Amino acid sequence: MKLGHAVIALKGIIKRELWRFLLQRERFVAALVRPLVWLFVFAAGFRSTLGIAIIPPYETYILYEVYIAAGLIGMIQLFNGMQSSLSMVYDREMGSMKTLLVSPLPRWFLLTGKLMAGTFVSILQAYVFLLVAWFYDIQAPWLGYLSLFPALVLAGLMLGALGMLLSSFIKQLENFSGVMNFVIFPMFFMSTALYPLWKIKESSELLHTLASYNPFSQAVELLRFAMYGQFNGYAFVYTLAAFVIFMTVAVWGYNPSKGMMVKKAGGPS
Amino acid sequence: MSSPSAFSLLVEKLSYAYGNKVALNDVNLAVEAGDCAVLLGPNGAGKSTLFSLITHLYNSREGGIFIKGYDVKRQSCQALAHLGVVFQQTTLDMDLSVLQNLYYHASLQGMRRKQATRRIEEELDRQGMLARKNEKIRQLNGGHRRRVEIARALLHQPSLLLLDEPTVGLDVPSRKGIVEHVHALCEDDKLSVLWATHLIDEIYPSDQLIVLHEGKIKAQGSVYEVCGGESTDDISQAFKHLTQGTLR
Repeated sequence: MKLGHAVIALKGIIKRELWRFLLQRERFVAALVRPLVWLFVFAAGFRSTLGIAIIPPYETYILYEVYIAAGLIGMIQLFNGMQSSLSMVYDREMGSMKTLLVSPLPRWFLLTGKLMAGTFVSILQAYVFLLVAWFYDIQAPWLGYLSLFPALVLAGLMLGALGMLLSSFIKQLENFSGVMNFVIFPMFFMSTALYPLWKIKESSELLHTLASYNPFSQAVELLRFAMYGQFNGYAFVYTLAAFVIFMTVAVWGYNPSKGMMVKKAGGPS
Repeated sequence: MSSPSAFSLLVEKLSYAYGNKVALNDVNLAVEAGDCAVLLGPNGAGKSTLFSLITHLYNSREGGIFIKGYDVKRQSCQALAHLGVVFQQTTLDMDLSVLQNLYYHASLQGMRRKQATRRIEEELDRQGMLARKNEKIRQLNGGHRRRVEIARALLHQPSLLLLDEPTVGLDVPSRKGIVEHVHALCEDDKLSVLWATHLIDEIYPSDQLIVLHEGKIKAQGSVYEVCGGESTDDISQAFKHLTQGTLR
C-alpha cells in the first residue's frame, strides 16, 4: 500500500461520511437534541442527586448537570458508533459497501478509514454539544477542550469499532432494533455516564461490578478526566484495549475467507 | 497453459461451496486483452458467486484467480487495481450527486483531484452524462444510473471490466445502448470484459462465450465454436442443449 494512495483514500472516505451526514440534517439534529434533552430535562430533575460528595476529577461540589456532561458526550459517540454500524449494514444491503471492499487497499485499512470517518463526525457533534452546554454554564477549563480531543478520538474509535463489529454480525437491517435493546441501552445505563460508581454501589453490588467492567464507563471516565485537563491512565488503557479487541474481531468479521461475510452467504465448505 | 500474466483474467480449477451446496465446481476460464467474454448461464448457475470470488468479496479455498497475473488471494491490492466492476445491484450512493459518487471512487483508487476531474469528465462525456453530473443519483432513471456505474468502473482505466447482469430491469433502448457501448470499449480500447448474463440477445457474434450451468463450465470458445460443438448455428439452441432445457 502506497502512502499517497492511502491518504487520498482516507480523505475520500471521510469526505463521503461528511457529505452524507450534512445531507441527513435530521440525523444531525437528533444527534444534538438527544443529549440536550437529557441535559436540560433529565439532569434538571436530578440536580441534587450527587449530594455533597467531591469526586475526581472535580475539585469542588458539582451540580448533576456538570457530572452528566461527560456521559452525554459519551452518549453522542455511542449513538454515532451505532449509527455508523447501521449505515454499514444499510450500505451492505444496498450494495454500496462493495464499492469500498473491492478497492485496491487492504481491508483492515478500508475498515479503519471508515471508522475514522465516523469518529470524525462524532467529534464534530461532541464539540457542537459542548458549545451549547457552555451557554448553559457547563464550562470546562479552556485547556480541557483541547485535552478532550485525543480522548474523543480514542473513545470514538472504540465505540465505532464496537459498532463495526456488530454490523459484521447483523444479517439484516431489521435486526438492528435488537442492537438498540441489547447493546446500546444496557451499555449506557450500566455505566458511569449517569451516576458515579460509588452511587451505583450503594444500590447494587452486581450493577457496580457490571458498570466497572463496561468499556463505555471507561470511555466516559477518560472523557471526564480529559475535560478537566487530567489523564486517567486506567481508563485510557482499558479503552485502548477494548478498541484493539473490537477492531480485531470486526476485521475478522469482514475477512472474505473467515468471517461473517462468508457465514452470511451460507458458509464455505 | 501460458503464464497467468498473459491473460487479463485467468481462473484455474476454482471450486466453491456454501455449506454442502456446491456453487462452483472445477471452473477454468481465461479472458485475453480486448476479449468480450460473455458468461452465459441461467439464474443460480453460479455467476454471482464467481464474480464475488473474482472481486475478492469471498475467498476461494480451492483453485486460483489471476488478474493481469496477480493472484487475487495473495496479491489482492495489485489484482483489484486492474479491475473495474459493475455489480448486478446498483452500488451508487443514492443521496449523493453523480460527481460526488465518482470523486469518492476516484479517491479509493488513489487518484489525485486534478487527475480525477479530468477522468470523470472524459468518462461522463463518453457516456453522454456530463450534463447531469450535478444531479443526485436518486433523480436518474435506471439506464442513466448504469451509465454512471460504467463510467465509475472505468475511471481508473482498468484492464478488466466485470459486469454482472448490468442490463437487468432496464428498458430495451437502455439495454441496447449499454451492450453497444461495452462492445465498443473492447474494440476501441482493447479493454477485456467479462459480462455475466442470461439474456442471449446481448451476445455479439464476435464474443467469446462461456456457458456456466450448475457451477460447471459446459462450453467455452467463440460463438461459432460453441454453436458448432452443439451442431447448430443458433446460440439459443446451443444454450438449450448445454443447460438441458433451462432456457428462458
